[in-house]
Amino acid sequence: MKASALVRIATQSILRNKMRTLLTMLGIVIGVAAVIVMVAVGQGAQANIEAQIRGLGTNMLMVMAGSSSQGGVSQGAATFNRLTIEDAEKLEREATLLAAVSPVVFSRGQIIGGAGNWRTAIIGAAPNYQTIRDWPVDSGSFFSAADLRSVRRVTVLGRTVANALFPDADPVGQQIRVRNVPFTVIGVLTAKGQTAGGNDQDDTILIPYTTARAYLSGHFRIGQIIASTFSPGDIPAAQQEIRAIMRESHRIPDGDDDDFTIRNQDDIAAAAQGTTRVMSLLLAAIASISLLVGGIGIMNIMLVSVTERTREIGIRMAIGARGSDVMAQFLVESIVISLVGGLIGLALGFASGVLLAHLTGWAVAMSPQAALIAIAFSAAVGVFFGFYPARKAAALDPIQALRYE
Amino acid sequence: MPTADIPVIRLQGVTKVYSPGENAVHALAGVDLEIRRGELVAIMGASGSGKSTMMNILGCLDTPTAGRYELDGIDITGLTKNALADLRSLKIGFVFQGFNLLARTTALENVELPLLYDRAGRFAPAASPAPEALRRVGLGERMHHVPSQLSGGQQQRVAIARALVTNPSLILADEPTGNLDSHTSLEIMALFQELNAQGITIVLVTHEPDIAAHAHRVIEMRDGHIVRDARVDAPLDAAAELAQLQVAS
Ligand SMILES: Nc1ncnc2c1ncn2[C@@H]1O[C@H](COP(=O)(O)OP(=O)(O)O)[C@@H](O)[C@H]1O
Ligand SMILES: [Mg+2]
Repeated sequence: MKASALVRIATQSILRNKMRTLLTMLGIVIGVAAVIVMVAVGQGAQANIEAQIRGLGTNMLMVMAGSSSQGGVSQGAATFNRLTIEDAEKLEREATLLAAVSPVVFSRGQIIGGAGNWRTAIIGAAPNYQTIRDWPVDSGSFFSAADLRSVRRVTVLGRTVANALFPDADPVGQQIRVRNVPFTVIGVLTAKGQTAGGNDQDDTILIPYTTARAYLSGHFRIGQIIASTFSPGDIPAAQQEIRAIMRESHRIPDGDDDDFTIRNQDDIAAAAQGTTRVMSLLLAAIASISLLVGGIGIMNIMLVSVTERTREIGIRMAIGARGSDVMAQFLVESIVISLVGGLIGLALGFASGVLLAHLTGWAVAMSPQAALIAIAFSAAVGVFFGFYPARKAAALDPIQALRYE
Repeated sequence: MPTADIPVIRLQGVTKVYSPGENAVHALAGVDLEIRRGELVAIMGASGSGKSTMMNILGCLDTPTAGRYELDGIDITGLTKNALADLRSLKIGFVFQGFNLLARTTALENVELPLLYDRAGRFAPAASPAPEALRRVGLGERMHHVPSQLSGGQQQRVAIARALVTNPSLILADEPTGNLDSHTSLEIMALFQELNAQGITIVLVTHEPDIAAHAHRVIEMRDGHIVRDARVDAPLDAAAELAQLQVAS
């Protein structure tokens, strides 16, 4: 039998039961739409994270306190604080492969100035921090090596803080109080945006780490030392170099484990993506279940259809249809239902994705691959769930079928 | 090409046993039969005598439990289901008591149905023989009517056109007039006689002696046996009877 004839017969019989077909299709429509939207949300989140990690800075390396189990980057939680400013200074002095090094000391606290007060992250760093994180200023300047050496009370504001405290004016030159210590604002950073976790990277102020140690000590812990290499190719060697210097600095005997962890951007990306990948897979899996339910709906209706049309099957067989012709007829019918449902679901999925992105501001990445996969998947659902009813139809005995009331 | 002296149908010692064992039903108990090209044969017999069973076997819908069946010289013993389907497509047209047309499908589409399954590729898609088949049964004007818009007699004509359309060696009709009134039955018999005069071999089953009287040959069955097989010297001419009725009324 010709494919065109099969499709024509399938379409005719589908159109004969419009309402029923529509309801059956709905399962597939919703399933495919759900898969499209969920995959888009997952991919959007991943793309977001990738962009952010690229935004961390170029050729960046990060040293953190605490050992990590072999290879398990995601488990490298700091067990106790063993990073010191001296570690950072030693790296700065001795490492040959590092272009820039900066300790990162971290605290949260109240700042007062301009329009009011604001609770934010206070980061103490070296001037190199700006180079490593590749973070330009909107106005003013970043603090200098001289500021660091002279332990000056100067600060650079993140965009969010600047907007909160000085909505109308340029904050550069203004005085603010950080934990009641007066500081002069010397610069405002460009906006970096949110992290995937929803953290606002611009909700922060930066001060020289020497100043942090001198004026705000007791509140600070040194979270990380960040560094950058001259080129991406240097990263593996630089990691080795950092490790040697750090072990020496921490006087770790040969054979003992590191009490710090070095991560490069790929490690960070992998850790972050690991979580979102699991999340996207989970979302897609849940969405696939609705597709599965849609498929079962098709199977159910096809079984009803085979029973209803037993006599028709008998007639077709009597006038020369082979079992395979009957099988093809019912298979094509279920494939047409699921494919059309899939196409409608695709359109609905794309529309909902756009709407969702619009309403929530989430990054929603819709890809042609996801569309192709959804279409292939719905056709596969048609084949899979149409197979049993079609085989049942093909196996009918023509004499019995003709006698069926 | 089958030559003229090969019978369309040759049954030798054909038996059909349903549910073998204690309660076995011997629906056919050793049937020998030969039907030649161009014959118009009526099969009669009480209900349960094995007429339908025999028609099913003749139509390659069923196979004998034992014995030999040759259709156009082809022994069907041991043929696969697919081969039987192909034989049905190539050589046989069925007409049923209950018409068995596809509902909500036009007369033309019903008649075109067998062409879908024509694996021999005998019919070019451009020149469908379906309209001509409908004209032959007198329904040239009703091609786009669906069964519910047609009378019983017209529906049976559509079914006959569907049986004709592939130009089969044999048309099998199991009680084709069973659901029709006597006048319409006569019209259907006139059509069968006309087609038979054009050379088509027809085997039909009927209860009614009035209907059987239009055949050239009447076979009577009882308990799975052929108990009588007689030529009809002067078969009734259905067309003439209809003309007479017209005059009378
Ligand atoms: N599928 C079947 N299973 C069991 N017995 C059957 C079946 N078909 C027919 N029979 C039996 O075979 C006998 C002949 O039936 P059938 O050929 O239909 O007779 P007819 O058409 O002459 O009325 C009957 O006794 C009937 O009950
Ligand atoms: Mg019968």
